[in-house]
Amino acid sequence: MFAYVAKRIVAMPFLLLGVITVAFLLTHFTAADPLTSIIGERQMNNPDVVEAARQRWGLDRSLPEQYLVYLGNLVTGDFGTSFRTRQPVAQDLIVRLPATLELVISAMILGTVFGITLGVFAARSRGGVIDNLARLFALVGASAPVFWSGLLVLFVFSVQLGWLPGPGRIDARAVAPPFVTGFFTIDSLLAGDWAGFRSALLHLLLPASVLGWTVTGIVSRMVRASMLDVLSQEYILAARAKGASPVRVLLHHALRNAMLPTLTIIGFSFAYLITGAVLTETIFAWPGIGSYAVSAARGLDHPAIVGVTIVGGAAFLVSNLLTDIAYAVVDPRVKLGAKVGA
Amino acid sequence: MSVPLLEITDLTVSFAARGKAFQAVSGVDLTVQSGEVHGVVGESGSGKSVTMLAVMQLLSQSATIDGSIKLGGQELTGLSDRQMRKIRGVRIGYIFQDPMTALNPLLTVGEQIAEAVRIHRSDVSRWQASERAVELLRLVAIPNPEKRADQYPHEFSGGMRQRAVIAMAMANEPDLLIADEPTTALDVTIQAQIMELLDQLRREKGIGIVLVTHDLGVVAGVAKSLSIMYAGRVVERGLVDDVFAAPHHPYTKGLLESLPQMDQRVQRLRAIAGAPPPISARPAGCPFHPRCPYVIELCHSERPVLRKVGPIDVACHRAEVVAADSGALQNA
Amino acid sequence: MSLLANQSASSRFVWPEWATLPLVGGGLVIFAWVIVGLTVTSWAPFDPVKLAGMRFQAPSMEHWLGTDSLGRDVLSRTLYGVRHSFPIAVFVIGCAVVIGCTLGAIAGYVGGWLDGVIMRFVDITLSFPPILLAMAVTASLGPGLGNAAIAMVIVWWPIYARLMRAQVLSVRQREHVEAAVASGATRSRVLIKHILPLCWSPIIVNATMDFGQVVLLAASLSFIGLGAVPPTPEWGQMISEGAVQFYRWWIALGPGVAILSIVLASNFLGDGLRDYLDPRAA
Repeated sequence: MFAYVAKRIVAMPFLLLGVITVAFLLTHFTAADPLTSIIGERQMNNPDVVEAARQRWGLDRSLPEQYLVYLGNLVTGDFGTSFRTRQPVAQDLIVRLPATLELVISAMILGTVFGITLGVFAARSRGGVIDNLARLFALVGASAPVFWSGLLVLFVFSVQLGWLPGPGRIDARAVAPPFVTGFFTIDSLLAGDWAGFRSALLHLLLPASVLGWTVTGIVSRMVRASMLDVLSQEYILAARAKGASPVRVLLHHALRNAMLPTLTIIGFSFAYLITGAVLTETIFAWPGIGSYAVSAARGLDHPAIVGVTIVGGAAFLVSNLLTDIAYAVVDPRVKLGAKVGA
Repeated sequence: MSVPLLEITDLTVSFAARGKAFQAVSGVDLTVQSGEVHGVVGESGSGKSVTMLAVMQLLSQSATIDGSIKLGGQELTGLSDRQMRKIRGVRIGYIFQDPMTALNPLLTVGEQIAEAVRIHRSDVSRWQASERAVELLRLVAIPNPEKRADQYPHEFSGGMRQRAVIAMAMANEPDLLIADEPTTALDVTIQAQIMELLDQLRREKGIGIVLVTHDLGVVAGVAKSLSIMYAGRVVERGLVDDVFAAPHHPYTKGLLESLPQMDQRVQRLRAIAGAPPPISARPAGCPFHPRCPYVIELCHSERPVLRKVGPIDVACHRAEVVAADSGALQNA
Repeated sequence: MSLLANQSASSRFVWPEWATLPLVGGGLVIFAWVIVGLTVTSWAPFDPVKLAGMRFQAPSMEHWLGTDSLGRDVLSRTLYGVRHSFPIAVFVIGCAVVIGCTLGAIAGYVGGWLDGVIMRFVDITLSFPPILLAMAVTASLGPGLGNAAIAMVIVWWPIYARLMRAQVLSVRQREHVEAAVASGATRSRVLIKHILPLCWSPIIVNATMDFGQVVLLAASLSFIGLGAVPPTPEWGQMISEGAVQFYRWWIALGPGVAILSIVLASNFLGDGLRDYLDPRAA
């Protein structure tokens, strides 16, 4: 197990360095003067600011030297200053991170739980009505553009039916709960603010469902396929021959094994989640990193875009690593370095 | 004679596929007594595994079972799945062909054996069940059972896995053990050990064993009686000694002649020409007639039924001729 | 029982073996969109960029999908949209396949340090969430559909490089390749004549499935404001306009359904192609 995961961990810093290098190159092959991407056009006719930025980012030196300066700044957490918010990018990101995490984690949980349930039921009624409905639902979820399905559910559940609140994280009149975790649902609970909790939860429901729907599609498809594969294995027959009940066979024996390939796909769906989060946050006016990225891209706020790209790449790498580790923990065959799937 | 342990009467299993029904097993009779090994021999597709899965009611939904299956006098056909679950693993243990695939790769061997106990005994604690698992591993002669119980199937060799599968089947001390090709997937040297283990379990626990195999040689050592199956029917049935002494069905004779016999002068091994018919295209008359060296006109049109010829039940129009030939073969 | 599986009792008209429902259905949808794209200029009910009536009209007999915030006909704009989405998707997939397959084949066949360098590039590019990389590249190059297309090529080529490399590695193990090498064929000849012809099916299947994904990402970039600029009738751009008026649901309906239909169709088509080209992988 250690050899397997260790290899991945060792590769991590190199990949991260690659990600940063690409981001560095992006800032230096922009159509505009790289300086504009650091301090913004309006400051360009202020010689003091220009000179200070030139010094700080080593723009008067050679490209390799600039690269080292850039790395040095990153290490100290300096991603440059957003010329839209006029705040350090790192600070902008940290402030918005909890909102994104709350959304993505909720979507991940909703989508995975629902996807597994749907996949199991679909596999059980293979070829039946439930199976076909589940597959259609999953397929539409994985295929529909979230920036459109988000609009649609907002219209139906918020405007037409009035069941759920519109965009935002919490009622416009309400005050955000005191900061503990940055998750409004958890923080309002910790503060004993039931009304706030209700509001935060209701606001979270629509965007998390829309975002989770994509995951549901991917996960249920995988669970169904691997359940069908597993259910035809002899150890399933053997479990039934032991006298195990259908529920026990399905959950204890089949689902457990079917979860192995599913685990990989859940990790993989994290990429969809990040993509989806960028667009979902925009639709639902969710003050997270995704909507920050979109505003930055619209305003050509290069330091902010590059900062988000680096952070997103790092998050992506970490999630892939966690998937590998989870796989190794769940499958006993990986621990001995044996080939999986033999 | 007392009530037979397993009594199958006129069992027919048919599968529906694309609007048509196919009989995988047709009118099979089979009787197994406590404390004896009964061999069921046939090529793949002869319906022997389907018969055994029908006993367990583990066939797919598309299968229809007709006829009677009695376990110790109790009728099993028509029982609900809930009632069958009290039979499976409790009164009948089942051993699968391939121990590589019959064990769940994600559970330790001990967990899987303990599960077989705990499913049926809510009064047994988790700890007691794992104690029992170790005990069962010891029963099937797995060395160092305490350590082995905590290992996963992939850490076991093929023979050890099959011992673990047998331990699992024995978990609730069943009356009947169905072993479906228990040694086919194993090395030749391991085969003998597994057969010896099964025979030892029969002697010590007094259980009845159905030994399903395509290999007459496997049956020869341990079984007392046997049934030969071909194309979904029993074609010959009797005590192993009688059948081996003088097979009455040309198919059995062919199977015997294809066995190497160590204690006799070197003979030419003969394989049976042709292949068994597919389930969807079984010939009219005697299903064996296209491959039969004794074929006569009657065999094309009329299917022979089981009848008594000497000590043996046989379904062949020319059983007397075949028997005479077989006897001559033995005396030569 | 598998031995029963290939028994057919049907005596009516029998579809040819390859004509499965996903393949035919998906193919028809894509084909229909191609026809729309080629001919819509001559039969569209309204001009896609000119005022066609009152603003914010709900769907009616005159405007089947209503009108948008400037009084343009949503149906016409939706139909015209395919003229922007399809060329981009074809361009992106085409470039990604050519670049990715070339580099992947070289990496897999030549091996050594070249393999290492190419595959590290692949690993790094695939370390980015696709949309963020595409956003960053487009923002650097400057907004516009053309630059968005270039960004998407940068995002997509590594997938084909990885796929092609794996294919080449597996095919070169086969006996006929070893036989060709043993008989003295040159390396490039072995690659082109004996290995590459056997590598295509997964590439084709993936390209088909990715077609819808490219349409989706292109629309996403336009939605964000990095792709098509107004008044281009591009689907993402149209949904972005509809998002401001989300209680006027019809503005975004047409483009949303259009994207959905293409992503679904290319999924079905890809699935069907895989079953046809490589039955074992199904």
